[in-house]
Amino acid sequence: MIQVTDLTKHFGSFVAVDGISFSVPPGRVFAFLGPNGAGKTTTIKMLTTILRPTSGTIRVNGFDPTTQANEVRKSFGIGFQDPSLDDNLTAEENMEFHGVLYGVPKDLRRARMEKLMQIVELWDRRKDLVKKFSGGMKRRLEIARALLHLPRIVFLDEPTIGLDPQTRNRIWGFIKQLSAEENVTVFFTTHYMEEADRVADQIAVIDHGKIVAMGSGAELKERAGKTSLEDAFIALTGHAIREEEGSSADTMRMARKMWTRR
Amino acid sequence: MNAIYILWLRQLKRYMRSRARIITSLIQPLLFLFALGSGFRPVFREAGKGDYLQYLAPGVIAMSVMFTAVFSGIEILWDRQFGFLKETLVAPVSRLKIVFGRTLGGATVAAIQGMLMLIICLLSGVHIEHLSRLPIAVGFMFLIALFFTSIGTAIASVLEDMQGFQLITNLFVMPLFFLSNALFPMEGLRPALKAVVRINPLTYGMDGMRGAFGHAFTFGVATDAMVLGGLTFCVLALASWLFSRIQL
Repeated sequence: MIQVTDLTKHFGSFVAVDGISFSVPPGRVFAFLGPNGAGKTTTIKMLTTILRPTSGTIRVNGFDPTTQANEVRKSFGIGFQDPSLDDNLTAEENMEFHGVLYGVPKDLRRARMEKLMQIVELWDRRKDLVKKFSGGMKRRLEIARALLHLPRIVFLDEPTIGLDPQTRNRIWGFIKQLSAEENVTVFFTTHYMEEADRVADQIAVIDHGKIVAMGSGAELKERAGKTSLEDAFIALTGHAIREEEGSSADTMRMARKMWTRR
Repeated sequence: MNAIYILWLRQLKRYMRSRARIITSLIQPLLFLFALGSGFRPVFREAGKGDYLQYLAPGVIAMSVMFTAVFSGIEILWDRQFGFLKETLVAPVSRLKIVFGRTLGGATVAAIQGMLMLIICLLSGVHIEHLSRLPIAVGFMFLIALFFTSIGTAIASVLEDMQGFQLITNLFVMPLFFLSNALFPMEGLRPALKAVVRINPLTYGMDGMRGAFGHAFTFGVATDAMVLGGLTFCVLALASWLFSRIQL
């Protein structure tokens, strides 16, 4: 489970995340939606120990990412927005690397690898180099890998971006199955609104670093007086196309440059 | 321990799978060995300094070791670009272990590359005076590898793109190589150049290797090992610190 209170992140004078609070109960599927540059990825980075918050408190499975980074890291799995597999290793070697890095004992590791790779239908391809995989296969492997060390939470940053509807459906099938079987909390972001509507138990919409709405898909649609979540989303966040504020890494880089010059 | 091992193993597997890289990174040292070695051989002999090929061989081996070693820094930049770095940095493993695993892996790969070069040298007629000293040569090879892998890691930790890396390695690694005793003996150099060669860490690694090959040690094997070992420790510490500050 996740508990966030008054979480804030500044990059210099830019406020990326502005005092947000929310909680995700165990075993739930939670969608975190928002336009580009709204603060989604920055929030995930703070939850997953990659970034330190400016202020506010976070509890991930009861641990504080700023002071108990290792406990937090053991308790979650993450599928990043961009691929993070080693293309020059086989699917199996990528899984093995992850398992050893997370200290999963050998027998359990083997058993988990087989189970998860069977579920995402990559067991037959386990000896193939990842560079031979399609985008969808890589994404499936990343999801399987994220669950290898039996995490209580899995963070998925746009897990279905750039995939065709068939593959997206399958991936959500796997995620739902795994989360139900192992009672894993799923925290994900997406730009596909109908996907969020269909899959998530609870949805939070973030814009300009603030949470503008929270509830089930039905509640959000009702509140906005719209029939689709996409329309409700636009009603909540406006029509303007967002200039990308730059990734938080870019903002950080700028901040660092300013800071080092001083 | 397991984490260090798996990071090391990954480097090795990647290396073994990149046959093109293994072969192409032998070409430049080979060019030095045969062009420079054969070209200066008569002059060297005329000057009464013995066989230049024999003198040059350890230098060329060190060359292939150091360039492979520094190159492993580029792998950090690749991992950053292709996302794999994130996978290791959010794992419940200390940054120190990650640096050690990677650096040991990179150094092992560089040492293997040096070993290949050594075999080529031996096949080309270079001989080692006392075979019993071979382990000393290999030891220095590994130390040189570790030193330059640490330099590569340190540079890659503060840079974000490959162009910058190339630039800095050219500005930094090339002078280290040319301003050492890898290609020419220290004796009889002008004082200014001699002083530069003397403070160059590679000079001590070279001296150790050359001594192991049967030439006379200039500084002595213990001094060589201590100077290079001590500096390697310092650079590795610096690399670890810089790596631990990497933000995603």
